[in-house]
Amino acid sequence: MVEIKLEHISKKYVGAKGYSVTDFNLKIKDKEFIVFVGPSGCGKSTTLRMIAGLEGITQGGLYIDEKKVNDEAPKDRDIAMVFQNYALYPHMTVFDNMAFGLKLRKYSEVEIEKRVQNAAQILGLADFLKRKPAALSGGQRQRVALGRAIVRDAPIFLMDEPLSNLDAKLRVSMRAEIAKLHRSLKTTTIYVTHDQTEAMTMADRIVVMRDGEIQQVGTPREVYEKPVNVFVADFIGAPATNFFDVTLQDGYVKTEARTFNLAVPEGINKVLKQAGYEGKKLILGVRPEHIHTERAFIETFPSATVKAKVVVSELLGSESILYTKVGDSEFVSKVDARDYLDPDQIVELGFDLNRSHFFDPETKESIL
Amino acid sequence: MQSNFLKKIVPYTFVFPALLLLAIFSLVPIVIALLISFTGLDITGLGDWSQIKFVGLSNYLQLFQDNAFLQSILNTVVYVVVGVPLVIIVSLTIAILINSGRNSFFKMMRLVFYTPSITNTVAVAVVWTYLYNPSLGLFNTLLAKVGIAPIGWLTDPNVAKLSLIILAVWKAVGLNMLIFLAALQGVPRSLYEAAELDGANYWEQTRHITLPSLKFSIFFVTVTTLIAWFQFFDEPFVMTKGGPLNSTNSVALFVYQNGFQNSNFGYAAAGSFVMFVAIIVATIIQFKLQEKQRGE
Ligand SMILES: Nc1ncnc2c1ncn2[C@@H]1O[C@H](COP(=O)(O)OP(=O)(O)OP(=O)(O)O)[C@@H](O)[C@H]1O
Ligand SMILES: [Mg+2]
Repeated sequence: MVEIKLEHISKKYVGAKGYSVTDFNLKIKDKEFIVFVGPSGCGKSTTLRMIAGLEGITQGGLYIDEKKVNDEAPKDRDIAMVFQNYALYPHMTVFDNMAFGLKLRKYSEVEIEKRVQNAAQILGLADFLKRKPAALSGGQRQRVALGRAIVRDAPIFLMDEPLSNLDAKLRVSMRAEIAKLHRSLKTTTIYVTHDQTEAMTMADRIVVMRDGEIQQVGTPREVYEKPVNVFVADFIGAPATNFFDVTLQDGYVKTEARTFNLAVPEGINKVLKQAGYEGKKLILGVRPEHIHTERAFIETFPSATVKAKVVVSELLGSESILYTKVGDSEFVSKVDARDYLDPDQIVELGFDLNRSHFFDPETKESIL
Repeated sequence: MQSNFLKKIVPYTFVFPALLLLAIFSLVPIVIALLISFTGLDITGLGDWSQIKFVGLSNYLQLFQDNAFLQSILNTVVYVVVGVPLVIIVSLTIAILINSGRNSFFKMMRLVFYTPSITNTVAVAVVWTYLYNPSLGLFNTLLAKVGIAPIGWLTDPNVAKLSLIILAVWKAVGLNMLIFLAALQGVPRSLYEAAELDGANYWEQTRHITLPSLKFSIFFVTVTTLIAWFQFFDEPFVMTKGGPLNSTNSVALFVYQNGFQNSNFGYAAAGSFVMFVAIIVATIIQFKLQEKQRGE
């Protein structure tokens, strides 16, 4: 049973002008897999390192099981961490790398042997125990780093971009391994990444950060379907959401240059009108996967379609990505591979406004 | 065939100039010294080569019956055995301490400890001669303040060696500290952080992370310091001339005295060759130890 609570935590590095993390509030439940995601420099590592005790906390309180641990040394917090560059001890064998923490904590030889062998079994490292890290591949090193965390049997795992040094294929398989590991060990985990795919696939809850501030906390489904602002809508999902500056009028959203004109579904229109946006400007956000080429869709929503010219098209096997242009608004759609079109062709695209997002142009926050 | 031959010859043309310089200024003199050591070359022999007599091993035989030489070997062994570990421990400790901080105080300390290395030995030795002065020197004055009887820093045969070692260590620390500092700064911070999370305290981090990471630089400093201390010369030459009672005379100084003061070139060459062999043997042992360590 472990619960981590971050209360109004802020961090200002010595000598830095501004705060790197501002008023961070989060309650992490037992066994949860939390992912911090956000662009480079948004304060993910800083927050993680404050939890580990590697950085001091400027303001606020960090609680582990209701106990304030702001001033506790890292080793007394009983946290295991996997570093981005693995930080394996280069002069120790794989076995010793994993055993080091246990030796320092005065475990018996027998117990150490048992735990390391067990971790090696889980991670498929049994054949490499006598090697030094320099004689391992990237993926193997990564697993040793994981193993070092596992053997400790610590109640909390922290991982700072553990997969960023691996190639795309290995990353996908290690992603699955870490997820599997979490399912079997059930250790409360905080995982840092700037890769939204990792966040979406692994997390119980995602914490989206920007410039040291939390933007949204929610399940992958929540941050995908109900992004609270333009930033989250833009950051989560690939390819990124298309944004259009539009005006709401008589049940339609229109772009400035009237390049297109889309009928807003009745229910949404009502909410927008009630919120006082009739005749006002809005930001419309439509995900590429919510723009369709299927005839059936277009025939169902004939007043939410646009004829656009293909600028660039990419075939990705089962689907294709179309970069299209109407007037001077450009947008991306993700459609079935059968609807792949060569550049310069005209395509009719249907917008699924039921699944689109509407934002206030001033605050950039979601309206619905 | 033709191009194959060229391929083989090209690399040699690149190293040839360096080899040539090495040969002229290092290898040839060594061989000449070896040859001279089998002769009775002295000042007359320099003027008239026909006077040079081949004497076989008699220089060497005489050396090992010469009490002054045996004493100088003993002294040199003391210099090496005491001085080399001292240099390594002191410079490593200072490097670790200086590396623990980043602010301007630590930067200044770096300068403070490095300064002795860039100061001329003779100038330094002259100043230290004053510090060591039995009646006027700073050290004895300070000792007198706390009621300790004056020490004959350079005049007491039992203390003089130690005085010279202190000076030489003080002077050698700067450069070696810099080598250690450079190596320390190459140790990734995350290793310490990982160790900290693994539960290592400061001492355990030093033992399990810092020292193993510095293995190569410790080896390098050991070998270079060893070689330097086998040739211990400047300090006794300037400060004691080998006295009192030969108690600070080193092999290098013995060679100098016999060669350039007494003009017994053959005899001096034999002495220098004994020193040369000792250095080679010590270095080979070092390398073997290092290899063994890496092997396990
Ligand atoms: N030691 C430091 N001193 C001063 N400023 C720092 C320090 N470390 C980080 N920062 C600043 O704090 C901010 C957050 O850094 P942090 O490393 O937490 O970002 P991140 O979200 O982990 O980014 P990335 O995805 O690139 O790892 C950045 O603006 C960075 O420049
Ligand atoms: Mg980071």
